[in-house]
Amino acid sequence: MRTRASFLFIVLAALTLFLFMLDLSVGAVAVPLRDVWAALTGGDCPRTTAKIILNIRLIKAVVALLAGAALSVSGLQMQTLFRNPLAGPYVLGISSGASLGVALFILGAPLFGMSASFASLGIAGAAWIGAAAVLIVIAAVGHRIKDIMVILILGMMFSSGVGAIVQILQYLSKEESLKAFVIWTMGSLGDVTLSQLYVLVPAVMIGLAVAVITIKPLNLLLFGEEYAITMGLNIRSSRGLLFLSTTLLAGTVTAFCGPIGFIGLAMPHVTRMLFDNSDHRILIPGTVLTGASVLLLCDLVSKLFTLPVNAITALLGIPVVVWVVLRNKSVTA
Amino acid sequence: MIHLKDFSIGFGSRTLLDKVNTSFGKGQLTALIGRNGSGKSTLLRAIAGLNRQYSGDIILDGKDIRSLTPDRLARSLAFVTTERTRIPNLRCEDVVAIGRSPYTNWIGRMQDIDRHIVSDAIRSVGMEGYAGRTMDTMSDGECQRIMIARALAQDTPVMLLDEPTSFLDMPNRYELVSLLRTLAHEKAKCVLFSTHELDVALRMCDSIALVDNGALHHLSVTEMVKSGHIQRLFSSPDLSFEELLWKNRK
Repeated sequence: MRTRASFLFIVLAALTLFLFMLDLSVGAVAVPLRDVWAALTGGDCPRTTAKIILNIRLIKAVVALLAGAALSVSGLQMQTLFRNPLAGPYVLGISSGASLGVALFILGAPLFGMSASFASLGIAGAAWIGAAAVLIVIAAVGHRIKDIMVILILGMMFSSGVGAIVQILQYLSKEESLKAFVIWTMGSLGDVTLSQLYVLVPAVMIGLAVAVITIKPLNLLLFGEEYAITMGLNIRSSRGLLFLSTTLLAGTVTAFCGPIGFIGLAMPHVTRMLFDNSDHRILIPGTVLTGASVLLLCDLVSKLFTLPVNAITALLGIPVVVWVVLRNKSVTA
Repeated sequence: MIHLKDFSIGFGSRTLLDKVNTSFGKGQLTALIGRNGSGKSTLLRAIAGLNRQYSGDIILDGKDIRSLTPDRLARSLAFVTTERTRIPNLRCEDVVAIGRSPYTNWIGRMQDIDRHIVSDAIRSVGMEGYAGRTMDTMSDGECQRIMIARALAQDTPVMLLDEPTSFLDMPNRYELVSLLRTLAHEKAKCVLFSTHELDVALRMCDSIALVDNGALHHLSVTEMVKSGHIQRLFSSPDLSFEELLWKNRK
């Protein structure tokens, strides 16, 4: 068992590194992997190549790496906390909440005479507030969340509600801010600026660090809240930590990359299947690696065919979701 | 072990138990019986610390349970609920190992002593052959045993079980309750379980606690039979208890 997990960790880490390098080498100008390595390690390579790698492509690859890890871990936390295999930041509407925060910030601020400066912290802050607000609503109806139908309907309602509010905002907005917002909604890993990266990296790192603290609570929560309490879990503080972590992870990524679906929902299932385990001491690092490598892969595909990354994650994620639903049916029937 | 002092609890606007005073002792197997909706689960959940909406006191080993941290309570009391827990991709030994949570560090690292206690717990419910299997491929009775092993691994002086026999056929029912009896008698645990199986309760337990319209009659089995409470509460025109009770008087 241990050997299988160790083996998988090594393979996944190597795969992530390889995809990271490959992501740096693929683009308008193909750069050989040897030069990518040289540019990263300060070795010998053409100066323009080093510039392309370090100044342009590196930011996007780092964003893909972190966003994949962050969304997957957030999905895992929600699936275990709500004991619902279809939970995830996108399905639960956490991403929608973050989107609404961003919409209010980009579109709403000018309406009230404030300048919609794209200060990175402002966008991130708006997304965090939106994500946290949705989590609080979900927690309030939490006892009904075990029902898959309820969760899907709630998620749909959140998304529609957000859509409606955003439409009103768009109708009222000035052309300038409207354009900025529409581009944001398309979801892209490439629009993150260096100054935004300075917010994204620490926020995601803190989110992941908090996720590590929640490993033991998550293992207890596999049995449901009541069992977890009788085995010594402090439910309030654990839930608080989980919400903080998910808000930072899903909220920050949504703020800077737009809504990216399916990664958070699908990767925890892929990880559970790969490792054949539900122990979060394995699942948390496992989802970090699978999430990061899959989003890097999606980014590669989107670059090769110049398609939006959202479409790729959906096409990859949908079969996983279908598989989960079908398998779940056979368990309950 | 457990003392209820002027304990009252309700559900919604209904009072289920009113000013109950009784105690459940070490090394005793007690069956909690009563009609549907009489408050058996509510009482167990209150003792387990899952329902704090009661008046009076629940004293566990001399301490009010309201004053105990979740961690401390988990070292004193283990609970097996009616919930059917089947976690995919989690082996039985890992399920039982979670029972060690109150004793392990922040990430749940197991020491040799923990591993030892886990394998002991699995052995005492007779599930050694299942340690490496996952629960989604097991029967209700087998899962129930694993959840009891998990409670055993918690290594607590008190063990509560909510209708542990309800998914089981008759041989399994008797086997399970005799396991609980062994645990109570040999490991000096205070074991309290709710059940609808009167025959099992009368035949295998040391005492019976009967929930009866707000009162809790807690008597030894022989006294309970003599008291006539059971006949009064459970008899219906189609059913005579005289025969059953007579048969069970050892």
